[in-house]
Amino acid sequence: MSRDVDEDREDARPLVEVRGLDVAFGAQEVLRDISLEIPRGQTLAIIGESGCGKTVLLKTMIGLVRPTRGEVSFDGHDLQSLSEKELTRQRIRFGFVFQNAALFDSMTIEQNVAFPLRQHTAMTETEIHEVVLARLAEVGLAASVSNKKPAELSGGMRKRVGLARALTMQPDILLYDEPTTGLDPIMSDVIGELIVETRTKYPITSVVVTHDMRVAQKVADRIVMLYPLPQLEDEEAQILYDGPPARIEEAEDERVGQFVRGEAKAGVGGENGIRDSGFGIRG
Amino acid sequence: MNATAANANVRRPGPVLRLVGAAADAVADFGKLMVDWAVSVGGITLFSVRVVSWMVTRRPRRETLLPNFYQVGVLSLPVVALTGTFIGMVLAVQSYVQFRVMHLETRLGAVINMTLVRELGPVLAATMLAGRVGSAMAAELGTMRVTEQIDALASMGANPIHYLAVPRLLACVFMIPSLTIMADFMGVAGGYFYSVHVLGIDMHHYFTNSEQYVGSFDIFSGVFKSLFFGIAIALVSCHRGFHCDAGAEGVGRAATTAFVYSFVIILVLDLALGIFLDAIYNSIWPEGMKMM
Repeated sequence: MSRDVDEDREDARPLVEVRGLDVAFGAQEVLRDISLEIPRGQTLAIIGESGCGKTVLLKTMIGLVRPTRGEVSFDGHDLQSLSEKELTRQRIRFGFVFQNAALFDSMTIEQNVAFPLRQHTAMTETEIHEVVLARLAEVGLAASVSNKKPAELSGGMRKRVGLARALTMQPDILLYDEPTTGLDPIMSDVIGELIVETRTKYPITSVVVTHDMRVAQKVADRIVMLYPLPQLEDEEAQILYDGPPARIEEAEDERVGQFVRGEAKAGVGGENGIRDSGFGIRG
Repeated sequence: MNATAANANVRRPGPVLRLVGAAADAVADFGKLMVDWAVSVGGITLFSVRVVSWMVTRRPRRETLLPNFYQVGVLSLPVVALTGTFIGMVLAVQSYVQFRVMHLETRLGAVINMTLVRELGPVLAATMLAGRVGSAMAAELGTMRVTEQIDALASMGANPIHYLAVPRLLACVFMIPSLTIMADFMGVAGGYFYSVHVLGIDMHHYFTNSEQYVGSFDIFSGVFKSLFFGIAIALVSCHRGFHCDAGAEGVGRAATTAFVYSFVIILVLDLALGIFLDAIYNSIWPEGMKMM
């Protein structure tokens, strides 16, 4: 009985908790006072324009970037206080899909997908081969690609292999960094479908960093929008929106609506808005 | 018009003030240089501690070791052998004229072989290794950093230092003594070939004189020094690769600095270890100096 209560309590606890997070690289501040809780099973999309710190936030969640202040806890473990070895162990519970897939270019597709299995399990080569083919099939890739090198595949195929590799260890949480960047609209939609399918198939928590609103709307249960620090006032919060996708267009902050509709920022910051976004006509 | 008048009214600082300003700038620049230097020495020291700690606490995987041993050892052999041979011959060419003036041609063997096994063999093998392997390591690891492959390793629960840096360090440490011996051997052979077959020095005297001066401690001291050179090359090159700046320029700079830093460290270590080994030699065989 008491064990059931403990398990319930554990389930009720958010899987990822980010508290008062600051991240700076040298003098350049990227994230300021970010607090976020991600409940188990939720698919969260983090949106925002380039350079707003989305990817940095994602990498902080898995301990690849160390915060300057604040803490990130994963399933009750404070990532900053873990030893290098313990952190390495916890990372097996994560799957990370990188922006450009980050496949090991010296290895074949099969070796890439099998990498975590060879590192962390004592499976035989036959078992590993079966798992690899099953994972590749799940992301819609034929067995014939398994002997190819990453350079021989198209961008969309590489992203699928990246997803297959992230799924290999059946992680508790999947982190996607710009899963559709650089893909044509059809392939973007296919990847979006894959994210939805993955969530349907496995009881997985997902965080999707994207600036593609169609993908965010398609996959997310909740959207968080970040804004670049240099364009914010000193005391302004960096998270401009945190809520369900359906209500994002009704957000009070004008900048959220503009991002969702993909409008240039002339109306908000006047001339400065355009100049800051990097599209200003100079001279 | 107004602006021009305002500029004319601004007084330029006097020569003393300018001198003080320039001196302050120089001090600030020097301070920044020192801070940068301390940061980079601290960075490489901490990195080295992490590499060694992973090396002693967890055994590296076999599949990561063999390719590195092959790359560092087997593939470096031809270039090291070639360098050794030519340096042996060049030493014969350069020393012959001086020694002939003193009618000491038969002592050429002692000079060439002593120089090779104590200094040029280990230093040249290490330099070739830094150029061939060190910069390639920095470029490869730098590319992996830039394309997020190092992050991908970490995200899959494989520690990048354990997986990438430890095998490279072990390969350099275990392979560099063999490369040094190869450079020594080929240098001795090259020197012999040129002295005996081209310059016509008597072979018996050439080798008898060599044997009299070059002892096993000299060979040992060269190989011993090479171990430290191997450690320095691997740690510096891996550190530059792991801390590579973004883009193609960053990777290029990582490869270049890996070689330059390794080379400078090889020279500094060569001097320090040379002094240390001489002190050891003199304390073990105090009569050795008198004999010379």
